[in-house]
Amino acid sequence: GPQSQYYSISTREIFELKAELNSDKKEKKKEAVKKVIASMTVGKDVSALFPDVVNCMQTDNLELKKLVYLYLMNYAKSQPDMAIMAVNTFVKDCEDPNPLIRALAVRTMGCIRVDKITEYLCEPLRKCLKDEDPYVRKTAAVCVAKLHDINAQLVEDQGFLDTLKDLISDSNPMVVANAVAALSEIAESHPSSNLLDLNPQSINKLLTALNECTEWGQIFILDCLANYMPKDDREAQSICERVTPRLSHANSAVVLSAVKVLMKFMEMLSKDLDYYGTLLKKLAPPLVTLLSAEPELQYVALRNINLIVQKRPEILKHEMKVFFVKYNDPIYVKLEKLDIMIRLASQANIAQVLAELKEYATEVDVDFVRKAVRAIGRCAIKVEQSAERCVSTLLDLIQTKVNYVVQEAIVVIKDIFRKYPNKYESVIATLCENLDSLDEPEARAAMIWIVGEYAERIDNADELLESFLEGFHDESTQVQLQLLTAIVKLFLKKPTETQELVQQVLSLATQDSDNPDLRDRGYIYWRLLSTDPVAAKEVVLAEKPLISEETDLIEPTLLDELICYIGTLASVYHKPPSAFVEGSRGVVHKSLPPRTGMSPWVLVHEPLAYQEDLGPPVSGPPLAASSVQMGAVDLLGGGLDSLMGGSGFAAPGPAAPAAMGAPLGSGLGDLFDLTGGVGTLSGSYVAPKTVWLPAMKAKGLEISGTFSRQVGSISMDLVLTNKALQVMSDFAIQFNRNSFGLAPAAPLQVHAPLAPNQSVEISLPLNTVGSVMKMDPLNNLQVAVKNNIDVFYFSTLYPLHILFVEDGKMERQMFLATWKDIPNENEAQFQIKDCSLNAGDNVAEGSYKVLATQSSSK
Amino acid sequence: MIHSLFLINCSGDIFLEKHWKSVVSQSVCDYFFEAQEKAVDVENVPPVISTPHHYLISIYRDKIFFVSVIQTEVPPLFVIEFLHRVADTFQDYFGECSETAIKDNVVIVYELLEEMLDNGFPLATESNILKELIKPPTILRSVVNSITGSSNVGDTLPTGQLSNIPWRRAGVKYTNNEAYFDVIEEIDAIIDKSGSTVFAEIQGVIDSCIKLSGMPDLFLSFMNPRLLDDVSFHPCIRFKRWESERVLSFIPPDGNFRLISYRVSSQNLVAIPVYVKHLISFKENSSSGRFDVTIGPKQNMGKTVEGVVMTVHMPKAVLNMNLTATQGSYTFDPVTKVLTWDVGKITPQKLPNLKGIVNLQSGAPKPEENPSLNIQFKIQQLAISGLKVNRLDMYGEKYKPFKGVKYITKAGKFQVRT
Repeated sequence: GPQSQYYSISTREIFELKAELNSDKKEKKKEAVKKVIASMTVGKDVSALFPDVVNCMQTDNLELKKLVYLYLMNYAKSQPDMAIMAVNTFVKDCEDPNPLIRALAVRTMGCIRVDKITEYLCEPLRKCLKDEDPYVRKTAAVCVAKLHDINAQLVEDQGFLDTLKDLISDSNPMVVANAVAALSEIAESHPSSNLLDLNPQSINKLLTALNECTEWGQIFILDCLANYMPKDDREAQSICERVTPRLSHANSAVVLSAVKVLMKFMEMLSKDLDYYGTLLKKLAPPLVTLLSAEPELQYVALRNINLIVQKRPEILKHEMKVFFVKYNDPIYVKLEKLDIMIRLASQANIAQVLAELKEYATEVDVDFVRKAVRAIGRCAIKVEQSAERCVSTLLDLIQTKVNYVVQEAIVVIKDIFRKYPNKYESVIATLCENLDSLDEPEARAAMIWIVGEYAERIDNADELLESFLEGFHDESTQVQLQLLTAIVKLFLKKPTETQELVQQVLSLATQDSDNPDLRDRGYIYWRLLSTDPVAAKEVVLAEKPLISEETDLIEPTLLDELICYIGTLASVYHKPPSAFVEGSRGVVHKSLPPRTGMSPWVLVHEPLAYQEDLGPPVSGPPLAASSVQMGAVDLLGGGLDSLMGGSGFAAPGPAAPAAMGAPLGSGLGDLFDLTGGVGTLSGSYVAPKTVWLPAMKAKGLEISGTFSRQVGSISMDLVLTNKALQVMSDFAIQFNRNSFGLAPAAPLQVHAPLAPNQSVEISLPLNTVGSVMKMDPLNNLQVAVKNNIDVFYFSTLYPLHILFVEDGKMERQMFLATWKDIPNENEAQFQIKDCSLNAGDNVAEGSYKVLATQSSSK
Repeated sequence: MIHSLFLINCSGDIFLEKHWKSVVSQSVCDYFFEAQEKAVDVENVPPVISTPHHYLISIYRDKIFFVSVIQTEVPPLFVIEFLHRVADTFQDYFGECSETAIKDNVVIVYELLEEMLDNGFPLATESNILKELIKPPTILRSVVNSITGSSNVGDTLPTGQLSNIPWRRAGVKYTNNEAYFDVIEEIDAIIDKSGSTVFAEIQGVIDSCIKLSGMPDLFLSFMNPRLLDDVSFHPCIRFKRWESERVLSFIPPDGNFRLISYRVSSQNLVAIPVYVKHLISFKENSSSGRFDVTIGPKQNMGKTVEGVVMTVHMPKAVLNMNLTATQGSYTFDPVTKVLTWDVGKITPQKLPNLKGIVNLQSGAPKPEENPSLNIQFKIQQLAISGLKVNRLDMYGEKYKPFKGVKYITKAGKFQVRT
């Protein structure tokens, strides 16, 4: 091509260019600048030519001037001192009789992001904002936004914002549009400022300019209008009437911005109004038209339509077919269309929708096929009349034996069963045939759920479930949990044949697994089964609530917020801008109130990071844990025997209770003894030390500890162990604010440096006079420990009883008086059934103290 | 607003970058490359990508990714529309929007981008105005320029930029005054296996080429304007007149432009001009299959259906195809698995047929999916919706222009499922 020779430029040629740039011939100069620009655009460094290029600036040849400006904008930042040389020419050009040159000068000056230049920019800019030529004014308006980006304070001090606001009332629509655009951009970095303070007069100005400005200006104005709050429904309607013609614009961004204004202001109109119905009808065609545009436009349109059909399904209810997928649509369009098809599915169109979905399920793209199969299930759940047809479609798909189709189908059939129980169980046999081909956890879990739920109708349910049990530990948690539940269901339905199976699964879940969910659920079932098999049956096999129609709808308040953001990035992500736009209004970590009362070395960390750094609570409340386990031993005693009819079923007992050696049958008594003892004993229960801060999280420092209360004083008993290879010293400790104001009463005293592999035991006295902030959970304590290596953070839970005062015992009269002092709203009532008088006394005595302590600590 | 633009070719080279605010490092494109790799096919790269500090909004046109960098909340459609406008402008200026054309004209490209956007705000995007500011390259002009020393850049204020008709420049002069209107309708349709229409609609446009001197004020009326219930207008059209009288009243831009686009929706009856009889089958446990397709005319309003081309994405397992065409020629690309049959004109007396054997990779399972047939065709002198221009009147100028209307119907996304 004619200009390709500019591509290869060497350092030697730079030298030659220098000569050409300084040539006397105008044409040669221009060609040289062009060569320089060409090199610049492909990323070659031609900054060495700065003074030579700037010398070409003083010319009346507009093209040469523009080329030099292009160069200046690119290199001024790296050569600020050189850029100053150009200032005079700019200032002079701002006075040129040709408005094109004036505008070009002010526009370029704003693009030179050098602080020193901005000072010189102010006066020319002020003149240009009031220029007689609107072309210059509209360029100057944008320049204010540029300058604000470089130096916001300067713009405010110079009063440019007020001048910009005045331009909203300019006689020229393009000037109005650019002023709105500039103000909107500035407002984005100044969320609290009232830059776009709209009133009925300015709205009228905007609506007038809307008809006359360019398509881009229309977008700025419409987006600005959308932020206005009309004073009543009449004003809302009159704005809607003037915005509606924009729906026929060829520019899709104009259309969508108009849709936003209308969707928002429609909220204020009564649904009985004729106009409301007219508006609804007018909204459908432009939305559909957006779908015939380029795929990228379609995608954004579809994300927005997804919101619109959730908010006002009536708009597009007859337009299902436009969302049908073409085989060569990009995948991102296909997936969005599918989503909207489901949202629009109704009894009236379900036959067509299903036929389409079935077609899609034989396509090539795996993601799309999966979503299509899922969609069939969602149709069944959404449109009851179609459920049967959906199920048979799914069965047809299962017959294809395409692995991922079968698995998706089984997952959705499970949901159909949960919506319409006892209706389609005839298909279970077909499902069971495919058991072996399922290799995805979700599909395996779904199938196991089905087998467990309908165990009584599946002859070989025990064999099927047993086959999964072999590789129990290789399964994902989802499958393990499902298998546990299914086998328990099976056992409750067919107890005689499946004891061994249930024992096996309970033992796998409770003894051989370290997954807390699985263990806990295992224990819960175990206790249920052993305590009261009848109750177990009532609990486990109880009728479950049906699943709801659409679980993926956007939550209504969020949906309303997102409707206000139609056409923006927020509408593409379906999240409010505060959730993701950097530097926009109210990003969370900027709005957090600053914390006070922390020592400086804690404050150097951001509060947010501090919380995130904290590990999970290491120690739990020891009291509750041990007493529940004691109870479990008791409960396991006779329960299962009665269920089995005394067949000698011996459950393997969990290891922990046996080791505790608590006498069988005394669990409940112990529980009350312990709580009752808190107030009366001089030293209360002390839990064994647990590791709070593992060495690998703290560069070799391991901290374990517990809390104790001795005669009125609380202490934190710590063991610091140095597992690193270097000596540790300079220890200090600090607590974050917490619910009860716990704070160290003395500094952390480690008298000698801690050598490698050495431990030191310390008892740190605590008091409750620190700053108070409610924590979740209430007894959560965040601790920072410092040594010569670093600062480390951990959190732990302290047992509440360390806060209980010893003098809680009070006379009856005194108690009643205190009771009355507590406001009624703090009172909660519940009844304890079937307890002996003796136990009741104990409970009552225990609660006196809790109440008294709580009221005094608030 | 729009911060920066990167142009990237299919092999992942950034061959042009432009920054309208501060410079954003090329490394931001790594997030784009990541998405591109994940999408496998270039068409499937998602148009909006978020990165820790920016958003990337991109379009894919003519084997080039136009990737824009956004830092604040900006309407994505605004950005996408603008990017398409940039691609249109390159097409308009250089005759093609290709990497070579852009590289060959890199200075003009830079000048254009500078004129089109200021601080991320669109400035001049109308072809008419841009051409007043920056002259398109022609071999003739560069010769003339080098002799006379004149410039590519206009030094007068583009008049349209401030008037209430920003799309038209002042002082237009022609010796032959002409106004042509092309009514172009594309049928988008999905036909199911059995031949019934699942979905059909007409996407119509009226593209105009207007070379009229001065400030002509035009009125275009239709025989059956009621057909047009979903229309998008060029900004020059007076919307109120359309609302009240159903006539298009406008002062046109100079040169080529799209006057309106419209949609005749699926609820109306959309005529389907061709039918396809097909039999594509693969036997179980055999490495071959049958392929037999016939195309015939249907509701073609007595006009000839021509320019018929069928393309089929065959399943991956297909190795090659041994077919015989009674008319036209076919090719099968064993790499992309695309079968293309260039049929030509359909004569009802002897229907074109393509038939033969499909060979599969040995041992491959029987393909599950059924390929869709993509059909292209053209019908001259017919707007399938029945839309007809009634008359064109001109006011405001004294000369008599030459007026012409042409109709054509084409297949848009016309797909037959098998």
